[in-house]
Amino acid sequence: MSTTAVRPRFRSLRQVRHALDTGQLTFEQLVQYYLHRIATDNKRLNVFIEVFADEALRRARQLDDRLQHEGLSALGPLAGMVVSLKDVLCFKDHQVTAASRILDGFHSLFSATAVSRVLDADAIIIGRVNCDEFAMGSSTEYSYYGPTHNALDPERVPGGSSGGSAVAVQADMCLASIGSDTGGSVRQPAAFCGVVGFKPSYGRISRHGLLAYASSFDQIGTLTHSAIDAASLLSVMAGPDAYDATCSPQPLPTFSDEAWASVPQARIAWFAEALDHPGLDPRIAQLTRQYLEGLRQKGHQLEAVSFDLIDYVVPAYYVLTTAEASSNLSRYDGVRFGWRHPQARSPEEVYTMTRTAGFGAEVKRRIMLGAFVLSAGYYDAYYGRAQKVRHLIVQRMAALFERYDFIVMPTSPVLPWHLGQMNEDPTQMYLADIYTVLANLAGLPAISLPAGQVEGLPIGVQFMAAPFREKPLLEFAHSILDRENA
Amino acid sequence: MHIDDKLISRLELLTRLRLRGSERERLRADLEKMLSMVDKLSELDLSEVMPLTHITDVWNNWRADEVCGQLSREEALRNAPDTDGIFFRVPKVIQSKSKST
Repeated sequence: MSTTAVRPRFRSLRQVRHALDTGQLTFEQLVQYYLHRIATDNKRLNVFIEVFADEALRRARQLDDRLQHEGLSALGPLAGMVVSLKDVLCFKDHQVTAASRILDGFHSLFSATAVSRVLDADAIIIGRVNCDEFAMGSSTEYSYYGPTHNALDPERVPGGSSGGSAVAVQADMCLASIGSDTGGSVRQPAAFCGVVGFKPSYGRISRHGLLAYASSFDQIGTLTHSAIDAASLLSVMAGPDAYDATCSPQPLPTFSDEAWASVPQARIAWFAEALDHPGLDPRIAQLTRQYLEGLRQKGHQLEAVSFDLIDYVVPAYYVLTTAEASSNLSRYDGVRFGWRHPQARSPEEVYTMTRTAGFGAEVKRRIMLGAFVLSAGYYDAYYGRAQKVRHLIVQRMAALFERYDFIVMPTSPVLPWHLGQMNEDPTQMYLADIYTVLANLAGLPAISLPAGQVEGLPIGVQFMAAPFREKPLLEFAHSILDRENA
Repeated sequence: MHIDDKLISRLELLTRLRLRGSERERLRADLEKMLSMVDKLSELDLSEVMPLTHITDVWNNWRADEVCGQLSREEALRNAPDTDGIFFRVPKVIQSKSKST
């Protein structure tokens, strides 16, 4: 059953700040508004695992005090931004569980670098939101806390794994959410919920304090209503960090009002193999073709190119990420932190009983596959091959980005499915990641933008850029979003 | 590829997971489906391609060898399922046996 979407009270930080600056709004009223939205809809949609109501209000009152005495310009660049955190980001002295029983009761001893930076910029964190366990899944059904529902149609999934983040923004329970994207976990739920999902380049934002799934793929990303808000969050979170050696020293260019106002003419490629793919819902294909035609009419250069590796991206992705996951998740052994099985009577039982009862089915599947592809006798045939395919993909994408600014494709080949619909065969859901895993395999920045509806359900279109080209990508995204809204 | 019981047992040992009854059968079937999906990689000729081990050009990025970012003992033990206040505690490793072997 479909319900009408909540119309967000604010669609951008700029609108919030204008209201604060002109005295139409206080920080406390702002937080009260979102708390009211959460109280109204959280029970039915199962978005927030925990709401930091008192703390958010306390922080709001402190900001009101500073606003009164020093003015808005003296506050940080994210003052007015009320955000939620996906339950994979550490926030000092708050619980973080990766939506897993195995971390039940775990309290962070430090804040993720990204979280400290948004707090230092005066954002308000309103709570932590649901996701697939250890960010493994595309539907937010595989959570210890139960599934999250799509606000547009609660019988359908919101996508995943950052499904709680997407619905929190979609249902106006916060202005923005910080998620993580290992194979599309920010972009695909954004597409399913009709919001903007942005994943920066690998290495752009420190992963310190992000619970690991697959370390050479994981990247922190954002769910917002606008590209400008994604840029504001990126500007604050990006940059080198002594706690993450893979974090790039490349400086992020500054975003300026002039650049936001300009409309760049872009050279855009699309993959024939992607739009003609047998797995793509023909209605999404048709809408995407119309969308591309719209871009052409606006003066952008669009060209079809061939990408014959398309059917290898999902297999390569699942070999490599499950291998990394099986290694990363070996730390959850019931000894030093988290939940321990109460009946374990020996160290061996502590490991095995804790992990067996602590992890859900999807996590176990991936750990098992990962252990298999890394094991003696199979390593070269699976893990080694997948690393070579990844190299091939990186080379191919680099060559394409010499000729094109962006590559465009649908975000998802399918519409948001009904809860439980994909439970029979896990590979069915994996294959639905076909358009998003490419950016993670090659470390590219990518953004999913709302691109219309099919039978009342939102679809997304995704743009990818060369590594560390977030600025032109976001400026371009803004120019089309604004035109779409106009 | 056929996944037999012996292979499942080996993976159970490697991953410290124990699968019983219907869960074991379900996982065996799922793993077969997953492997048939990833077997697609064997179609490509990769003889001239090197494996990719670093996704960006940032590697061997060392910080100065200075003590920092340490947790206190109290903090390190705060999330432990069992502790004596100084160490993590686990059930006895060496059990006393009534019969010598």
